[in-house]
Amino acid sequence: MPERLVYMDNNATTPLHPEVKKVMIDAMGLFGNPSSLHGPGREARQLVEAAREKVASFIGASPEEVMFVGSGSEANNTVLSALSCQRERCKYHHEGLHEIITTTIEHPCVLETSKCLQERGVKVSYLDVDRYGKVNVEQLQEGVTDRTGLVSVMMANNEIGTIQDIKKIAEIVHQQGVLFHTDAVQAVGKIPVDVQELGVDFLTLSGHKIYGPKGIGALYVRKGAPFCPLIRGGHQERGRRAGTENTLGIIGFGKAIEMRSQEMEAEEKRLLKLKATLRKGIEERIPDMQFIGHPTDCLPGTLNVSFDGAEGEAIILYLDLEGIAVSTGSACASGSLDPSHVILAIGLPAECAHGSIRISLGRENTMEEVEYMIDTLPLVIGKIRDMSTVYKRRQ
Amino acid sequence: MAQVNWTYTDKVKEHFMNPKNILMDEDNYQEDGKGIAGNVKCGDEMIVVIKVDKEKMIINDCKWKTFGCASAIASTSALSEMVKGIKLDDAFNLSAKDINKELGGLPDHKVHCSVLGDKALRMAINDYYMRNGMEDKVKREEQRVVCKCMNVTDQEIEHAVLEGARTFYELQEMTKVGTGCGECHEEVTQLLETYKEKHFCQV
Repeated sequence: MPERLVYMDNNATTPLHPEVKKVMIDAMGLFGNPSSLHGPGREARQLVEAAREKVASFIGASPEEVMFVGSGSEANNTVLSALSCQRERCKYHHEGLHEIITTTIEHPCVLETSKCLQERGVKVSYLDVDRYGKVNVEQLQEGVTDRTGLVSVMMANNEIGTIQDIKKIAEIVHQQGVLFHTDAVQAVGKIPVDVQELGVDFLTLSGHKIYGPKGIGALYVRKGAPFCPLIRGGHQERGRRAGTENTLGIIGFGKAIEMRSQEMEAEEKRLLKLKATLRKGIEERIPDMQFIGHPTDCLPGTLNVSFDGAEGEAIILYLDLEGIAVSTGSACASGSLDPSHVILAIGLPAECAHGSIRISLGRENTMEEVEYMIDTLPLVIGKIRDMSTVYKRRQ
Repeated sequence: MAQVNWTYTDKVKEHFMNPKNILMDEDNYQEDGKGIAGNVKCGDEMIVVIKVDKEKMIINDCKWKTFGCASAIASTSALSEMVKGIKLDDAFNLSAKDINKELGGLPDHKVHCSVLGDKALRMAINDYYMRNGMEDKVKREEQRVVCKCMNVTDQEIEHAVLEGARTFYELQEMTKVGTGCGECHEEVTQLLETYKEKHFCQV
């Protein structure tokens, strides 16, 4: 490994905020079970509830509407899986609402759960997106029926950063009296998110994307919205998620959210500036490339770009050798050989899907690092294009 | 930051960082045989060209280009070194496994990417035979239908193994092989073992 590490993969995960690290180290000795009645238990309970209040107030919810879960994936699985519930008491089952509408660009935890639901008899339909990754709202309007139980649309896409107009989508869905969920894992803590303002019934968030610890997420469930637990057992989280609370994770998550509430606004501006410089540098110095995603309705730190004739994994690994960490849109390097479903969904050809990289900036990135990236990337792309079968140098 | 191992071996890394025998001037390279394997839509494409000593039937030079990942780059770089100075017949019989051994192993899910180089090489050798009136020496990669109910060929089974199928059940999931009458079960199981053996080093 080179001495230098320029970490620009903040949509994958983020380093702990120093303040989060501090409170977690302090909390390391805390062992009480928050459900216990004695002193150590009450101490743990107090800290868990304080974290819940921070999370709730950050998204405009009340504390009892926020439940802690193990990850964003778990939260999404919980909400979607209810659609195949067969219990008599369940609203979905009782009213015969076994249809779900989602989109083609969701995170795999939504797409795979949907696939599984289909096998259990739930009807799933997928909304198309345009070339920027924006959901087709007309299709949604036509698609929602009185048999639809749930519509789930992600707020900001993890690969290309495109932000959906969740407020408008939620309104359309609610006009038909249908419930609405949004996976806001990439959005919360990066752009303002307020559940009242958006008018959502369920919202997923996660800790490790915003400088909190891994293994902790939360689900907002609007008061009065129907709910079926995914994990059954004890009465934790008001009977909605069994299992002793991840106290350390919850405390870290709460602190991470608190820091976001202080830093997000200024950081959004700073990241936009860094991204603009990066964009300009890449555009000026590398021919035959294209940016992917929405030009303005996009996460402040996310930049997805594809280079003609250059394969994504090769780009990632050459950059890695130069001490720069970014990722591919495609999951090639992580085991699957399929091209990115998101980039295919926005209508770009497969070679783009195989050749795009995602640069995601975060709070630790500096202008100097961005300049290093701008100096390094052209060399890497040049090297790959020299040996590319599909790229002919245009001289 | 602590020292972290690279996903690949040092040998792979070396070939990846400094790939050997890249075909830089495609238009002016006077090749005796050329092979193109894969396609960009599937995420990787490979061109291999060779020059042949016609007296001795030995490969004098081998160059290549690719739209491919790190494994494709490293394995073809290694292959291009291995085939120089060896007989056409021997070069034809080189397998992905031989290259894999030379590289000190690739992660299982990347073996798929490394078979492209030797495939393109075999096509280049066949192309040489065709250009020089030796059609009789051309060896084609034939396919044979193994599962008659679902019309699945041995090549599709090989492909599925490269894509990650390790058990009969996984093959069925990927290709539908043997989901009809089931008569091909035994043969498919044998092919599965053959292809696993052919492409993957048992560590």
